[in-house]
Amino acid sequence: MNGSRRQVLGLGACLAAAAALAPGLRLIELAQARSPEEAASKLQRWGLLIDTAKCGECDDCVTACHEENGVKGHGRPATDSQWIRKVNLKDKRTGFAQTLPVMCQHCEEAPCIDVCPTGASMRRADGIVLVDKHICIGCRYCVMACPFGARQFVHEKTTGQKADVPRGQGTVEACTLCVHRVDRGEEPACVSACQRDGGKAMTFGDLKDPDSAIARRLKSERSTALRADLALDPGVRYQGLS
Amino acid sequence: MTPPVHYREIEGRSSGFWSLVAILGLFIALALGAAWRMEHEGHWITGMSNRVVWGVPHVFAVFLIVAASGALNVASVASVFGRSLYKPLARLSGLLAIALLAGGLAVLVLDLGRPDRMVVAMTHYNFKSIFAWNIFLYTGFLAIVAAYLWTMFERRMNAHTAPVGMAAFIWRLVLTTGTGSIFGFLVARDAYNSAILAPMFIIMSLDFGLAIFLLVLLAAARGTGRAIGGEILGRLGGLLAVFAAAVLYFAAIQQLTNAYIARQHEVVRFFLVDGGIYTALFWFGQVAIGGVAPLVLLLAPAWRKSRRALALASACVVAGGLAQMYVLIIGGQAYPQVVFPDHEVSSSAFDGVVASYAPSLPEVLLGLGGVALALMLTVVALRLLPFLPQAIADPGRDPAHA
Repeated sequence: MNGSRRQVLGLGACLAAAAALAPGLRLIELAQARSPEEAASKLQRWGLLIDTAKCGECDDCVTACHEENGVKGHGRPATDSQWIRKVNLKDKRTGFAQTLPVMCQHCEEAPCIDVCPTGASMRRADGIVLVDKHICIGCRYCVMACPFGARQFVHEKTTGQKADVPRGQGTVEACTLCVHRVDRGEEPACVSACQRDGGKAMTFGDLKDPDSAIARRLKSERSTALRADLALDPGVRYQGLS
Repeated sequence: MTPPVHYREIEGRSSGFWSLVAILGLFIALALGAAWRMEHEGHWITGMSNRVVWGVPHVFAVFLIVAASGALNVASVASVFGRSLYKPLARLSGLLAIALLAGGLAVLVLDLGRPDRMVVAMTHYNFKSIFAWNIFLYTGFLAIVAAYLWTMFERRMNAHTAPVGMAAFIWRLVLTTGTGSIFGFLVARDAYNSAILAPMFIIMSLDFGLAIFLLVLLAAARGTGRAIGGEILGRLGGLLAVFAAAVLYFAAIQQLTNAYIARQHEVVRFFLVDGGIYTALFWFGQVAIGGVAPLVLLLAPAWRKSRRALALASACVVAGGLAQMYVLIIGGQAYPQVVFPDHEVSSSAFDGVVASYAPSLPEVLLGLGGVALALMLTVVALRLLPFLPQAIADPGRDPAHA
């Protein structure tokens, strides 16, 4: 009887200790996560690595992006927004063919931010380049300045907008790196779709965290930036470009 | 000693005057209607796209803004360089500078995706943006030229005309540098991305602005029965020939520079050889009509004293200038951005191909509305205030008292 009473008391003590410690442990977890009110931090820089060798004919990244962000076309490809597009390449000399997704490259030295007269084009501390829809006047100078054709002008009325993704006729928009998902600790929709259904060609992560998968790969494997000659230090890098 | 100049408002009672006002008013109304539709329907109803985001409205707007600073030439020649021969025309010169700038800015603003957010543009600035600089350069220009006109109109202020004129002259050079740099600093587009665009825009402004000034002067003189001395027109014609030749020179240097750089060969080829409408507009519009024709009309001995030849040469400069703007602004965007050198490129977003663009009616109406607004402001100002001299005499002769 004595033994079992001791056991019960011991169990009770353990439970009490766990009950007392658990909120504390949870607090540590919460303290490490970024609350929605907290500003983006310079301690991180979000980036993408795209391995063209693994990128196949599918366009799952494009579909997932437009679905996630409520980007709907009107059957007019010249004016419909394309936040991400598949570009097909063929080497003029060798004939070697490749395909790869191109979106906002989230440059450190973004030309779109330099030219924006009102400051609507902006860069978060964590490297994500965005358009403030409240102060964009629709001058399209950023579209002229972007070397990658990533900026899109909203040419007509928007319908079916997502609560997390403001869009507006007459303003400019582009890939947000799914900032609303990133702030929830998730990865961009294109990356998830590529990992799930595509060729697993896209890796997302914190370029400043030496232990992140993207940083480790960038350190050990060869990669390049688009228009590297412009020295824009984009957050999106490519592997396997011929 | 120069005889005193008598200025007088235009009478503004004739049916011709009211017809002109009605026609200009109609074009302004059509432009407002076009802008309203573009804002409510969205820009998809225009010829613009995500590849060509600046269309015909920008062609007119930039042309008018560039011409505005050039229209100040005559006033500058009078007060900065002290040529009293041109002094009687200085008021008209200042007026046109303001009117053309207002017309161009109106087009620019009404073509914005959100023209209702002008207050935002006036309250939020990114000082690294050349656009933001230009907002100050444009408003500053309007203020300085207004002050300049005041020193000319108000006798007590006459003594200040020279320094204010000098300030306006320097400001206009900076302004056109800013306008040219909007394109010149676009590092990612092979058709722009050149320091030559800033001085080229200055010389273009001198050319286009003087041409418009001459057209308005000749029309006003004819419409109001004012006499103009042949010598002053002859000298202004000579100046126009110099400017037209200088614009050709800059265009040649721009293309030659690119032709020397291997990676720019395709751009030169596009504009000079196989760019379709842009090649045609370059050779026939910009070079032949805008450059060669005015030179022939202005310099051929048979036509040197002909006012009709002068008017035609000025009209050619205006038409050629619009063609040049079209080639530069729209051709420069239609030419594909090279993200992947040495590759054939294709995508759903028209990568790797020359973008198609056809001007739409709303765009053309909006652009013409800017011209109409500039002319309307001029006509109304001429009617309300004594901008025009009763007669413009040649030195030693005063046709008013002849």
